[in-house]
Amino acid sequence: MSSREKILGAISTNKPALIELPVIDIKSTSNLAADWVDQFIKILESIGGKVIQLSSIDLIKKEIQQAKIGGEYIVNTLPILGEVNTEINSTMEASLLETVDRAYIEGSLGVAENGSVWLYENQIKNRLLPFICQHLVICLSINKIVPNLHEAYKQIDVAKEGYGVFLAGPSKTADIEQSLVIGAHGARSLLVYLISE
Amino acid sequence: MNPKNFNRLFFEPIQGATLSHSEAAEIFNKDEARTDWHDETLWFVREKRDKAVRQISEWEQLRTLGSDIKDHTLSNLDNYLTEFEKNAQANGIKIHWAIDAEEHNEIILRIIREQKVHQVVKSKSMLTEECHLNDFLSQRGVEVVDTDLGERIVQFRNEPPSHIVLPAIHLKKQDVSETFHEHLGTEKGNNDPQYLTEAARQHLREKFIKSQLAITGVNFAIASTGGFVVCTNEGNADMGAHAAKIHIACMGIEKIIPKAEHLGVFLRLLARSATGQPITTYSSHFHQPRAGQQMHIIIVDNGRTKQLGRPDFRSSLKCIRCAACFNTCPVYRRSGGHSYHTAVAGPIGSILNPNLDMKANADLPFASTLCGSCSNVCPVKIDIHVQLYKWRQELVSEGYTATGKKVAMKGMAFVLSHPSIYRIAGKMGRWMMRAFPFIMNNKSINPWYKQRDMPEAPKQSFRDWYKKNKQ
Repeated sequence: MSSREKILGAISTNKPALIELPVIDIKSTSNLAADWVDQFIKILESIGGKVIQLSSIDLIKKEIQQAKIGGEYIVNTLPILGEVNTEINSTMEASLLETVDRAYIEGSLGVAENGSVWLYENQIKNRLLPFICQHLVICLSINKIVPNLHEAYKQIDVAKEGYGVFLAGPSKTADIEQSLVIGAHGARSLLVYLISE
Repeated sequence: MNPKNFNRLFFEPIQGATLSHSEAAEIFNKDEARTDWHDETLWFVREKRDKAVRQISEWEQLRTLGSDIKDHTLSNLDNYLTEFEKNAQANGIKIHWAIDAEEHNEIILRIIREQKVHQVVKSKSMLTEECHLNDFLSQRGVEVVDTDLGERIVQFRNEPPSHIVLPAIHLKKQDVSETFHEHLGTEKGNNDPQYLTEAARQHLREKFIKSQLAITGVNFAIASTGGFVVCTNEGNADMGAHAAKIHIACMGIEKIIPKAEHLGVFLRLLARSATGQPITTYSSHFHQPRAGQQMHIIIVDNGRTKQLGRPDFRSSLKCIRCAACFNTCPVYRRSGGHSYHTAVAGPIGSILNPNLDMKANADLPFASTLCGSCSNVCPVKIDIHVQLYKWRQELVSEGYTATGKKVAMKGMAFVLSHPSIYRIAGKMGRWMMRAFPFIMNNKSINPWYKQRDMPEAPKQSFRDWYKKNKQ
């Protein structure tokens, strides 16, 4: 008998009688700010992220151009922000991605209760990009903020693509004496542009 | 009498070669300042948890949902596992089944050898700790680099993690500084956490980029979609899994949840309970290997099906490994994770480990005051303190406690059930404390005195006072 059969057999013998699956029926959301956008900003900033509200993307375009002139390796994945870095694809080597200074990525949805943003694989182009870049910038439509994770999971399809992530703030650790240090292995900073145009 | 013998005779269950929890805790407690610091640091984490929880008005509703979803899943676990397997395979993931730690380790070794891999990175997985994977592989010439900062620190020091969420919580920054000076060549005496973390970042980036194979744990595996979720704050699981050509994710059978919508409940509970964060920085959902990558999942039993068959203890399998019960436990906070001599320490470890090895872990259910704080903070409502109590009954009836303890308990039961003898004993005790304080305040004779001061003995018992004063 294979281990698979042994394990499944033991479960079938040892499991209790079937218990019903509850229905998720969460009404309220949290005791924080009533406005979801305010709450998203407040929470993301409390976990080390930065949020800027913009009514036009022109400022971001300019920022990208200036940084490129300054010699930084800037990766843009959004056509609306100008020229896209076509060299970034799903098979790009880690050693090359490691040189990215700043990456601009589009977010699908923001979650007010925890300040996280959902990113699909097609938005990040390469799974490593939002982790390996030194600094991460996410552009998110202000209309895409939902109150909580229950609502978020109703709106996303986790299995639509091979990979997806809720990303909340810069990489961090408190493994040395509980002292919070920003910039563990992933991006050292996260800036979210909330765009209302 | 030698204090150690005295202690063993009266307070210790039978032990093997490893130090028992109370023996190890006694050593830990010798450094009083450090014990206080450990206690306060973990209490600080508990307080962060409380603050986060109070922001969520429906917290108790979430706990109930988390508990009920897990109860349901355990009652249908075989069907969910086969559903998960089918969907994961359709997603291009290879599924392996391991009956025990040895088979789990052998599967990983086989993949490493077949693929001729030399560089292996691993993010935090308590299952791989439980299986002693690192030792197994290093004995066969394969070096695994742990990439969680806390785990890397303890790996350099040849120590096991002392906490499932904060692996190096028993160390001070000076210790980390010395370890990094030795292994990474950092400046001697520079204890700045920022500086030390940066050194680890540079060191581990190189490992990530060179790695050919990444091992991760699994926080949740979704039956209906055949995918799994891994949560980290550092981003190390993602750095490893996305850079390597092969990704192996290791999971216990109890990691299954029925649907993606259930993640809404568990991800809301997990980080708030663990560290007081609203969510971990990265909650990564893996469903397919990326182009050109191999993805494996190892589904491990290692005693879990046996625990499922114990009605009193099966709900311990609902655990989502947040460690809230560690941080709140007065015994854990003042004895340190290593005193538990197992991969999962703390209150939850004390109800999981006797199932794995009743004899070796017979001391653990006694490492508790049964105060019940663990059960109160548990996000999936495991009745941990009740199970600690029940394990004690089980261990005594199976004969895993020392004769001394049995005799002492019987004596105590006799005294407590005979009021007149109880009164005489009380009188004698008070007289002893007043007349011969040097006997009571002697660490060799009275183990209670070791880390405590004795109270002043009252002249009369409450009973005598009550008789005199009642109107």
